[in-house]
Amino acid sequence: MADLHRADVLVSCRHGRTPELVTALRDEIERRGLAEEIRVVETGCSGFCSVGPVITVRPEGHFYASVQPADVPELVEETLVKGRFVQRLAYKEAAGRKAITRYEDLPFYAKQMRIVLRNCGMIDPRSIDEYIAVGGYEALGKVLTSMTPDEVIAEIKKSGLRGRGGAGFHAGRKWEATRRAKGDIKYVIANGDEGDPGAFMDRALMEGDPHAIIEGMIIASYAVGSHQGYIYVRDEYPLAVENLTLAIQAAREYGLLGEDILGSGHSFDIRIVRGAGAFVCGESSALMQSLEGKVGEPRAKHVHATDRGLFDRPSCLNNVETLANVPQIILNGADWFASIGTERSKGTKAFCLVGKVRNPGLIEVPMGMTLKQIVNDIGGGPPKFRKVKAVQTGGPSGGCIPASMLDIPVDYESLTEAGSMMGSGGMIVLDDRTCMVDISRYFLEFLKEESCGKCAPCREGIKRMLEILVAMTNGTAKAGDLERLETLAKTVQTASLCGLGKSAPNPVLSTIRYFREEYEQHIKDGYCASGACRELTAYVIVDEKCKGCGLCIKVCPQEGISGEQKQPHYIDQAVCIKCGACYDVCRLDAIKIVPKAAVSLGGNGGNGHGTPAATPAKDKPGAAKGKA
Amino acid sequence: MNLERVEQIIETYGRDRMNSLPILEDIQREFNYLPRQALELVAKRLGMPQGHVYQLATFFKAFTLSPKGEHQCKVCLGTACHVKGGALILETLEKELKVKAGATTADGKFSIEGVRCLGACALAPIIVIDNQPLGQITADAAVQKIRELAAPKTAPSPAPAPAPASKPAAAVPKRGVDMSAVPPR
Ligand SMILES: Cc1cc2nc3c(=O)[nH]c(=O)nc-3n(C[C@H](O)[C@H](O)[C@H](O)COP(=O)(O)O)c2cc1C
Ligand code: FES
Repeated sequence: MADLHRADVLVSCRHGRTPELVTALRDEIERRGLAEEIRVVETGCSGFCSVGPVITVRPEGHFYASVQPADVPELVEETLVKGRFVQRLAYKEAAGRKAITRYEDLPFYAKQMRIVLRNCGMIDPRSIDEYIAVGGYEALGKVLTSMTPDEVIAEIKKSGLRGRGGAGFHAGRKWEATRRAKGDIKYVIANGDEGDPGAFMDRALMEGDPHAIIEGMIIASYAVGSHQGYIYVRDEYPLAVENLTLAIQAAREYGLLGEDILGSGHSFDIRIVRGAGAFVCGESSALMQSLEGKVGEPRAKHVHATDRGLFDRPSCLNNVETLANVPQIILNGADWFASIGTERSKGTKAFCLVGKVRNPGLIEVPMGMTLKQIVNDIGGGPPKFRKVKAVQTGGPSGGCIPASMLDIPVDYESLTEAGSMMGSGGMIVLDDRTCMVDISRYFLEFLKEESCGKCAPCREGIKRMLEILVAMTNGTAKAGDLERLETLAKTVQTASLCGLGKSAPNPVLSTIRYFREEYEQHIKDGYCASGACRELTAYVIVDEKCKGCGLCIKVCPQEGISGEQKQPHYIDQAVCIKCGACYDVCRLDAIKIVPKAAVSLGGNGGNGHGTPAATPAKDKPGAAKGKA
Repeated sequence: MNLERVEQIIETYGRDRMNSLPILEDIQREFNYLPRQALELVAKRLGMPQGHVYQLATFFKAFTLSPKGEHQCKVCLGTACHVKGGALILETLEKELKVKAGATTADGKFSIEGVRCLGACALAPIIVIDNQPLGQITADAAVQKIRELAAPKTAPSPAPAPAPASKPAAAVPKRGVDMSAVPPR
């Protein structure tokens, strides 16, 4: 246990070389005879992924970023033997390059509020003792010894906890409906399917703090009167399955699962079921079909799952993050929880802040924080030279919120009003190198693959919409396509059977709403200003601005750029694959994105010179200074 | 093929239709695809029509009906990876291996596929080769990795993978970058 050791070394991140790092640490500590005093803990995701693997040393709170196995001897010698900080491995702020040595001082964490993720990156998720040591299963004890099921439901209702899986339904009301439903056999189901591409909050939670989910489920089972639970875990997350399995075993051994839990007379057990790679199976009725061993096709919603769900019995389905909030609400009280957040959205929300930000990672913030605060203060803003264009939330069911509206608070209502939605927590920052038409096309391509095909509006409508968007991104779109797209979108929205189809047009409609001129530019001019639609794009060098530094020559993967030092360079259009590496690296703004139709193709002769009239040169101040 | 193993898998879960998905998942893991005889056996043991088993096998993405290559390369095309150029990486690998995504090379050595989110979005763009995640990767570095795996075992191992954004080892020598010509932005 933690308190028996002089120091804990917490290692997070499970990507790439982390296992080697842990082995190296353990070996070095062993070699120096410190194994008795110092414990190496492999934690779950600490969230600060961009600088992983990270190491936190307790009790000092020393924080080390991007540690490699080769750094281990120095780290052990300095930090663990001599108690000194190794400056070389300090995290340096992207802007300003200031070194930060302690976990508490990291701006990435300073603005966050960690309730659900409080143990992620802090404890060993494979040890039930560690979970108990930080207050785990206390809430369960309280519920079983001093509260009636109705009191539990009242407490959850009072807290204002809403579903974290997408729609934001009130958890307390769902529990109440399940409790009131007729039937002896009821089920509690945790949704860990996390199909939203570009999100990994639920993964981090299942891997990093599985007991919190299990405790939440046991409390839910007591409240609704269920004796059997299921956790539906996404197929791509084997470690989540492993950690949850260990956690369930440990909970059984401690008498927290099984017959007569803690002598209360309440019995409950949990089984893990793996998904098999279908986005639609995250939807409530499809998930239950899949649990029954059938293909995951949704049902129409005239019957609620709380009345007739899995095996036609009353079933209470909650997202894993929703459930992980429950123990904290019971422990700290509904009033405490309701004091966090906004009028109608209580508590915190975990987000997967990724895309074009400096500090991508897993975060948790109180509801009501503005998108701008999240992107700039926690995410560190866009990368060098880039500007934020929009923020995508809600995954394939959500939409894009333009940079001009980033002052809106993140809560269920504000995001829906803005044409997006809370969703499960994906938050993808898009910059001026992202094309909104391409983003629409991307999501529809995803949804076309994932539509189960049961109802025609979704199956056929998405396909037709996608055809139009493909045409827009490859230069074959016709006048009137934009209007056709809008009509189709509205039809699919109204007529589809389940949430997948109903929300499928959201990415399209929200981008048309805020970036209509971008669509028109694609159709009329065959021009994609961001360069993301590669079939429409050519990169050319502006002679007057190019100083011949050779940076672009160096990064071009095609060896397609040539030119003498200090002389303007040339891009060979015949070999250019439009990766944009040259554009991104040029510090002089000497590379320009123009419509492909505007440049002549051909060997070295067609070097892409000339400044076609089709696009206004977007001169940035100062960029042309020192003109040759 | 080893039908014995399939029997074992079925028995560990029990002959209940509810277990059909986990059983198929384990078979997929074991054989890297769902062999026809295995599907037939599952149908027989669980008392399901063969058509239903086939329906499951084709509905879910985790299953394939043909064998995969010796090395499996997954390129993430999730949203975060998409905006960071995942598609270009996939395209480059398709060219390198001369197969389309979802297919296996003629020599059975490599399969490549595009997948939707590997759950490591902060490390975008990311690919996974033989279960090893390679985050923040460039198309060049991905090709390099594939070439390393393709190289016959006897040959000396190629130079260490270049730093991101640098050239493959075979690149012609380039002039250095003259930073003096670059005024700070
Ligand atoms: C197409 C589709 C996919 C969904 N995927 C997920 C998912 O991956 N995870 C999740 O928790 N909820 C998902 N949902 C929402 C669920 O249907 C359900 O509302 C939720 O799990 C209920 O839990 P909550 O009230 O705690 O949010 C999805 C819904 C739809 C329509
Ligand atoms: S989008 Fe590629 S890992 Fe999530």
